[in-house]
Amino acid sequence: MKINSPLEAYRYLPGTNCGECGEQTCMAFAAHLIDRSKKLTDCTPMLEQKFSKKLKDLQALLAPEIREVEIGVGEKAVKIGGDDVLYRHRLTFFDPTALAYDVWDTMPENELVERVKKIHDFKKFYVGNFLTLDMVAVRCVSKDPKKFADTVKKVIGTTDLPLILCSFDPEVLKAGLEVAKDKNPLLYAANKDNWQQVADLALEYNVPVTLFSPDDLDTLKSLAVTFAKMGTEKLVLDPGTFPSGKDLKKTFTNFLKIRRAGVEGDRDIAYPIMAVPLTAWMVQDDAVSASYWETVIASIFTIKYGDVMIMHSIEPYALLPQLHIRDTIYTDPRKPVSVQPAMYKVGTPDKDSPVLVTTNFALTYYTVESDLASSKVNCFLWAIDTDGIGVEAAVAGGQLTAAKIKKGIEDSGFDLKNDTTHNTIVLPGLAARLQGDVEDETGARVMVGPADSGRLPGWMEKNWPPKAK
Amino acid sequence: MTKKTKLTDITQLFKDFDIEALEGVSIEGDIELNITGGGGLNPALAYALGQEISHISLHMANIGRILGYPVDQLLAQSLGMGVAGAPSPVGEMVAAKTKIQELLAAKFEVASVKNWTNPIQEVTLGATSGDGGSRKSTITLGGENALPYYFDAEMPHRNYITMDVFDMPIGMAKAVKSNYDDVINDPAEWAKKVVRDFNADMVTIHLISTDPLIKDTSARDAAKVVEDVLQAVDVPIVIGGSGNPQKDPEVLEKAAEAAAGERVLLASASLNLDYERIAKAAINNGHVVLSWTQLEINAQKELNRKLMKQCNVPRDSIIMDPTTAALGYGLDYAYSNMERIRLAGLMGDDELTFPMSSGTTNAWGAREAWMVSSPLAQDSEWGPREYRGPIWEIVTGLALSLAGNDMFMMMHPTSVQVLKEITQTLYGSIESEAVDISNWVGAEV
Repeated sequence: MKINSPLEAYRYLPGTNCGECGEQTCMAFAAHLIDRSKKLTDCTPMLEQKFSKKLKDLQALLAPEIREVEIGVGEKAVKIGGDDVLYRHRLTFFDPTALAYDVWDTMPENELVERVKKIHDFKKFYVGNFLTLDMVAVRCVSKDPKKFADTVKKVIGTTDLPLILCSFDPEVLKAGLEVAKDKNPLLYAANKDNWQQVADLALEYNVPVTLFSPDDLDTLKSLAVTFAKMGTEKLVLDPGTFPSGKDLKKTFTNFLKIRRAGVEGDRDIAYPIMAVPLTAWMVQDDAVSASYWETVIASIFTIKYGDVMIMHSIEPYALLPQLHIRDTIYTDPRKPVSVQPAMYKVGTPDKDSPVLVTTNFALTYYTVESDLASSKVNCFLWAIDTDGIGVEAAVAGGQLTAAKIKKGIEDSGFDLKNDTTHNTIVLPGLAARLQGDVEDETGARVMVGPADSGRLPGWMEKNWPPKAK
Repeated sequence: MTKKTKLTDITQLFKDFDIEALEGVSIEGDIELNITGGGGLNPALAYALGQEISHISLHMANIGRILGYPVDQLLAQSLGMGVAGAPSPVGEMVAAKTKIQELLAAKFEVASVKNWTNPIQEVTLGATSGDGGSRKSTITLGGENALPYYFDAEMPHRNYITMDVFDMPIGMAKAVKSNYDDVINDPAEWAKKVVRDFNADMVTIHLISTDPLIKDTSARDAAKVVEDVLQAVDVPIVIGGSGNPQKDPEVLEKAAEAAAGERVLLASASLNLDYERIAKAAINNGHVVLSWTQLEINAQKELNRKLMKQCNVPRDSIIMDPTTAALGYGLDYAYSNMERIRLAGLMGDDELTFPMSSGTTNAWGAREAWMVSSPLAQDSEWGPREYRGPIWEIVTGLALSLAGNDMFMMMHPTSVQVLKEITQTLYGSIESEAVDISNWVGAEV
């Protein structure tokens, strides 16, 4: 983004404070343009003819430094790139790294279909949403265009996830494109030998294309400049992912350099970057070591500027950390760390329902809440004000104490004696040491729940309702 | 009509003309072109001739296609063989006039960061006999002039790993515990094992039993355990309290005395306990203080300032622990908190220019690390937890290493091994395995 203050954006807006965008004033809207929480097209007056020049100018000023490239079609299409900063706390990172997993054209058909389904179906529940995988990369191992096309066709018949078509042979890519031309797949890849033919394909089929130049940034930039000149900026850069030792360090350096140059304004190289952690499998012997090393490389390049990645392992122990580190880095750091301290209802609790204590740390709260809700436990959930710190740390740090819990109860207006039949509080297992103190402070009966809220449903079965003393 | 035309004949024929294109020329009948050498051929003529020949081959190729021959495959193959100056494929010739024949030249350039002008403080742990201790070697952290592993400036010291030892059996994830079953009642043997078998750079002895709510072991007894550990291993050590803010100052005081001269790391001083006592214990016995805050950069500044100004702890005797939250459980906060601290330090905030330490073991608190399977029916299978646990600890540590963390407190031997390998790879001290990635697409993996 070429401007960084709302005032600069405001100068281009109608200035009528009409409220069409949902904001009270054009200045407020301008602030949202700068933090990228609203789109310029939300301002409907700007779409009028008389503003067309201002619209165009402002759009150019607001465009992210790193170009945004779309792959795939429909609901599952992914956008990559689109970033404006080198550190997530400076704004946030946009367009989460797209995670692609490979299949290849020498796989028996049943294995192919099964693998694609696994990639398509994998999901992990996390604070109210599912984390899922994004793409399928089809590799040509056979060198046979027809075989490749057949495989692509089979994949398309099995999933609507976006595709990456992988071969350095333009004929193979063309055969794949013929089958997938309506799917806006990402081509992989043009290199210094085949670039002319691959450029033709990218232009003819109007699809995004990866430029591959292992450890040679001059050539990578040459390719990017040449492709842009030929008429496409739907480009992804692959500076090569070397899987070990000093070469891997070089790869790391290349990623840093490309993104820094792009964010600092070198438009010629300001494209999304691809990492290929799959190369870990070229140096590791057994599947567990390879999956581990692949996950390690994937983590590095999720954190440092990889926008799309191709992996091989689909073992859950590799997928879970990959999904979570991606979520970690792309979570908007501007969102609040804590929820409002209060008494919350989960499901439809009544006077016999348990009363559970947790903290107001957003992650803790939502984890506990989703564990309870997904198991259909009706209860009261008390988010105590711990300054947004989790249970274990808050107990250690003195933010979760008996006095705090008592105050939380009083502030919420909830009356244990009148609003429940049991006058009982359930503490998190990690706060077990507070049991006696809380009993003394509140006069309520205090039970200690499990250390992990995932075990609450089982714990409830055994311990709730509480037996009479 | 059969006539042999030699290239030299054509050259001869047209030598006095400035030929740019052949128009209205068609070559019919049997064609036999004998192209020998390029000698003396006018480049413009050669181009025009080449164009004509290409058009012929285009027509021929079309006939071939009509006859059902796989022309395109043939062309692709001949290209794939990489014959220098081989004819361009069909599609390209058609668009020949609008296209670029050679890659446009470009030079990649990027500047180094200008405002990283303030180096991170170097802090040494452990003291050898020459310095009044009994450690065989010492470890120095810090000294960076850039974010870790960045090309802007050499990173002076690698990352170090200190492995956790407890003074009593504690609850641990099964995957972790199985490594320590034989030593779980003997901190000294436990310490030996992590150094000897698991390649720990340092050992952390956690005096957890001193907590009044656990065993309420006396500070004096706890200090004996510290002595045992110092006897058992010759690497630098970290001494951790139980986390009880009332008891820890006393426990760490006695432990600091027992370890006088060994330059241990005292863990920790925090804002919610009597940090002054801990600071004094460190100063009086030649140790380093771990300044621990909870995911809050301003609290970290405040505590560091108090340690320096109010307690007179020297700058070379402070390490920070800004708190580690596990992957999926707040690592985003921990990561950005550390990154902000390190960047602020490099850009001149002298209250934040200290090496950092991470309680990476916290990763084992994540249910993904230890639970047999997902508690939620909607989730896909989580797979064997034996593999999930270590990678959870590795990725948690790796993320923080990229944010600027220098030292890791860890538990699982596999995690330690892999995190060491990757941090030292990024540090630049591990040779590469030779591998040709230029055609990774076709690799059999």
